[in-house]
Amino acid sequence: MFIRKLSKAMLAAGALMLAGCEGGVLDPKGQVGMDEKHLIVVATLLMLIVVIPVIFMTLYFAWKYRDGRDHEIYAPKWAHSKTIEIVVWLIPIVIVIILGVITWDSTHKLDPYKPLEHDAKPITVQVVSLDWKWLFIYPEYGIASVNELAFPTNVPVNFKITSDTAMNSFFIPQLGSQIYSMAGMATKLHLIANEPGTFKGISANYSGAGFAGMKFNAIATPTADDFDAWVTKVKQQASTLDVEQYKQLAKKSENNPVQYFGSVQRGMFNYIVMQYMHPDSNMKSMGSMEGMEGMHDMGNMEGMDHAQHMQHMQHMKDMDAGQHSQHSTPSHSTTEPSSTVSGEAE
Amino acid sequence: MSFFGKLTLESIPYHEPIIMVTLAVVGVIGLIIAALITKHQKWGVLWHDWLTSVDHKRLGIMYILLALVMLIRGFSDAIMMRTQQALATNGAAGYLPPEHYDQIFTAHGVIMIIFMAMPFMIGLMNLILPLQIGARDVAFPFLNNLSFWLTTSGAVLINISLGLGEFAKTGWVAYPPLSELAYSPGVGVDYYIWALQISGIGTTLTGVNFIATVLKMRAPGMKLMQMPIFTWTCTWANILIVASFPILTAVLGLLTLDRYLDFHFFTNDGGGNAMMYINLFWAWGHPEVYILILPAFGIFSEVISTFTSKRLFGYSSMVWASGAISILGFIVWLHHFFTMGSSANVNAFFGVMTMVIAVPTGVKLFNWLFTIYRGRLRITVPVLWTLGFMVTFTIGGMTGVLLAVPGADYVLHNSLFLIAHFHNTILGGAVFGYMAGFAFWFPKAMGFHLNERLGKASFWCWQVGFYVAFMPLYVLGFLGMTRRINHTDNPAWNFWIYFAAVGAFIILAGIILQFVQLYVSFRDREQNLDTTGDPWNGHTLEWSTSSPPQFYNFAKLPHVSDIDAFTDMKEKGQAYQREQTYQPIHMPKNTASGILIAACITAVGFAAIWHIWWLAIVGFAGAFVLFLVRAYDNDVDYYVQPDDVTRIENAHLDNVTANLTNVVRG
Amino acid sequence: MSIAIQADLHVAHPHEHNDQHHDKHHDTSANTLFGFWIYLMTDCILFASVFATYAVLYMNTDGGVSGKDIFELDFVLIETAALLVSSITYGVAMICAKHQKQAATLGWLLVTFALGCVFIAMEVYEFHHLIEHGNGPDRSAFLSAFFALVGMHGLHVTAGLIWMLIMMVEVLKTGLTNRSVTRLSCLSLFWHFLDIVWVGVFTVVYLLGAL
Repeated sequence: MFIRKLSKAMLAAGALMLAGCEGGVLDPKGQVGMDEKHLIVVATLLMLIVVIPVIFMTLYFAWKYRDGRDHEIYAPKWAHSKTIEIVVWLIPIVIVIILGVITWDSTHKLDPYKPLEHDAKPITVQVVSLDWKWLFIYPEYGIASVNELAFPTNVPVNFKITSDTAMNSFFIPQLGSQIYSMAGMATKLHLIANEPGTFKGISANYSGAGFAGMKFNAIATPTADDFDAWVTKVKQQASTLDVEQYKQLAKKSENNPVQYFGSVQRGMFNYIVMQYMHPDSNMKSMGSMEGMEGMHDMGNMEGMDHAQHMQHMQHMKDMDAGQHSQHSTPSHSTTEPSSTVSGEAE
Repeated sequence: MSFFGKLTLESIPYHEPIIMVTLAVVGVIGLIIAALITKHQKWGVLWHDWLTSVDHKRLGIMYILLALVMLIRGFSDAIMMRTQQALATNGAAGYLPPEHYDQIFTAHGVIMIIFMAMPFMIGLMNLILPLQIGARDVAFPFLNNLSFWLTTSGAVLINISLGLGEFAKTGWVAYPPLSELAYSPGVGVDYYIWALQISGIGTTLTGVNFIATVLKMRAPGMKLMQMPIFTWTCTWANILIVASFPILTAVLGLLTLDRYLDFHFFTNDGGGNAMMYINLFWAWGHPEVYILILPAFGIFSEVISTFTSKRLFGYSSMVWASGAISILGFIVWLHHFFTMGSSANVNAFFGVMTMVIAVPTGVKLFNWLFTIYRGRLRITVPVLWTLGFMVTFTIGGMTGVLLAVPGADYVLHNSLFLIAHFHNTILGGAVFGYMAGFAFWFPKAMGFHLNERLGKASFWCWQVGFYVAFMPLYVLGFLGMTRRINHTDNPAWNFWIYFAAVGAFIILAGIILQFVQLYVSFRDREQNLDTTGDPWNGHTLEWSTSSPPQFYNFAKLPHVSDIDAFTDMKEKGQAYQREQTYQPIHMPKNTASGILIAACITAVGFAAIWHIWWLAIVGFAGAFVLFLVRAYDNDVDYYVQPDDVTRIENAHLDNVTANLTNVVRG
Repeated sequence: MSIAIQADLHVAHPHEHNDQHHDKHHDTSANTLFGFWIYLMTDCILFASVFATYAVLYMNTDGGVSGKDIFELDFVLIETAALLVSSITYGVAMICAKHQKQAATLGWLLVTFALGCVFIAMEVYEFHHLIEHGNGPDRSAFLSAFFALVGMHGLHVTAGLIWMLIMMVEVLKTGLTNRSVTRLSCLSLFWHFLDIVWVGVFTVVYLLGAL
């Protein structure tokens, strides 16, 4: 009767192999995704070294020592063996050490915040999750699009991600890593497509009623020229994404069609982030960062201080950028978005 | 503000036929049960012997009943989700619009974890732990009763949300800012907050109670390292409860302040920081899964060593492995959000710490294996659940370690792969364990056996159904399907979605078979009585009592000198000894205070949800007064006289002698 | 919160049974105190969580006031002194209770109660003052965290005061029985615990905030 269970497991294994060829995270089209697939395969194989024997031994022992087989040895008081105990502690320890080394190494290599090493000059896309659609701003081109993302193949893309609603997660499964989008701060992600194509992009963190329709196409154009053609197409749109337009766009809507903005008010992304940040308070907090460090260990908040730190570091950068271009204006971005020029290239 | 706060007749979802039909069915069933109780004149028994009982065994049974009722509710949600996804492929809308569907997956998660798994675990612990340590009850019996009713209070609130208003549409984690007033203005999140808060306090008190019980109430001679393994794993779980549930209390309290008094802890504006909620939530949430799984590990250990008729292999390894899991469980919470943008060092640290948990867990698996080794394994229902667990959980553990690798999690996070993983461990681990414990200790609790054939049939449906339902989710995760999606339009996913739906129905068959099993076993109970109290040739003290045990558990407290205390007694010929004289036994009296206080607290929760402030004040004052009355009640205990003890014990021992001789003759 | 406090009052209720009923009172008191001590550990974690929240949010002033702007150390020092002294007076009350001196116990409890009331009154005044000047908890995350942490401690102290009142009535009516002394011991643990928490609050919130 255990054979049925075994066959189920094998079926599942078969299914996994099948999945590899159908366009998902096991069918990556970019370097990040490929590395991650490789990591999944290696880690799984490594673990199977223990998992398969354990499953086999479970079924074998249960069969071999089942009641009624009186010719087998019966040792009711046998409950301790130093050798076995040492071995059963050692095997998982060794596997975990190997896996741990791989993990430490791969986590640093695949850090979504780390810019990709590549000869081509990266392009920057600012991503905003809204209820319930994605807004992509191209600061270098002064354009924006909704629910469609385009970039050339073999060019790294630097994403800066924020949210003007609940938390979402920006994810293109076939290209690799995802990162949360959160209001009042900018997270980062670095991806690349090594093959041209149109890939599905989604939000991977539930954000309310229209969540299922929060999808976009990520188009990796075969050449730089194709990408330029796309940019030109977008630029031909008369509509400008200014604060007024943005407020319209940010209203709740579901299953949005693709939409282009031929021009974007400068500093738009900064404005979106800064809506939830008060500049004064953050200047203050920067001053007190040092004093903060000592208190972080209370209540085990290690995980947080990094995120906190990030938030403020990002903000400091934005502030810097603003101050470089306009030294004298105290930036009150909440009321006058145009005054916070964020140093983006036009 | 009107007299009933935000509550109006419009709050009843008339326009939702599914809900209205459900309510009608629940109403009819309720009426039938009430009619049956009236017909058999059992209201008095129900009130005096059960609802007001401070007996840990009866509370345990009531906890398990609560868990079974909530299992039906939570599983209905599961079936609805699977059918919705199966119907809403290729861009179809399905039959559940997001407003409804989003409540269902939230309710499913909350109910299954907080109101199914937790009561099931705490029920088994209540039932067995005091017996295993040779105690007459827990350290604070009334508090135990109150804990049960507070848990029930939370369950009542979550069920009220079905017919009045709505439940949260946030997912069971209720992450802000989505759960803040700005994005969830309805009462759903408030139901979530109050249901979890009230039951959470009940759970905390249970943890306090059982730690005191284990440390102060063990039978004479029982050293800590002689406690049965189930007691040990429960103790670790209780330590985790005491250390982690206050964090939940705190984080829910802060969210309450945000929603009710315009504080800015987790809001987008005002300088709030939603990431802190996520950190605090998982600082509770991760230990919580070990609270669920550790007692299940204990059950498997008991089942394996009992049914192989062998001592447990590596007892102290098991104890320390559980301890290691408990401690490590506190320093891994960040693996629930590797994708938040923490630095590589932080992510790598939490990833590696998570993997380290695989070491003690792996050791446990090996120890079970070597317990079977050179044993005589009787393939009974509890053993089937255990073997099913050992295979299934190993797979779940493997996928868990995979998710602990940040580089892999970056693409698998929040996907159906994750859903498959945690069902693989919570269902294939914790719930299988509770099922094993249920079948194992049922004769002890009820005095008669469960039908073995139906039990096996049910197990196979669960086991097969589990693989059919959840293996496709692993595939879908790899195919890039994320969780909590209302409808899909990816043709590559369809096959697997249908496949999973079939699995859900196979599990449904398993659940139905379990209820049939309960009915058939109850019907035929006279033929299946457990007359000796030791149906499986057990190792530990609970088997030395009658089935069901006397209300005072032990006429004379046993003296313990071995881990397998009862086996030791049987071997030394000290079991079933008749005493010449017994001492009077000091017992607590049943009390209505627990249920009445919890009723008041339920009213407070309900009032807070609907902003009916006068009712909140009345409820609070009521609870306070009832509490004072209880605190100054002098009529709380009594003595069982030696003559009564002698009579009860002799009756039982006569029964044992008769049946043991029968066994010998047979 | 209040529910938890009720619960701890409850843990203080000696009603459990024990085999050695001849020295049952000794044993139940020990169990009760032990149980109450574990409860206090849970309370400790509750405070730790809110402390952590404060530590994370104390700089998120959203353009509003910071600790430096609103904390008046002199005022808080008096508040602190009241609470610290109340711990000592409670200790004296407990010594009297152990020696079965009913009148003295009641007297010292009354002093403790009065000091506790001074503490609460000053805290209410501080909160009122802040809210009146537009610095309520709805102003910024920093103020939310401040009000939550200090307010939670204040609620605990208030619960302790109510409990103390009830205990004074009990001692007055039934004398220093085993039950009332056990309950006084639990309250003693609770009161000293709140004192320790306050030392933390004073240091982390007020002292570090004002410097």
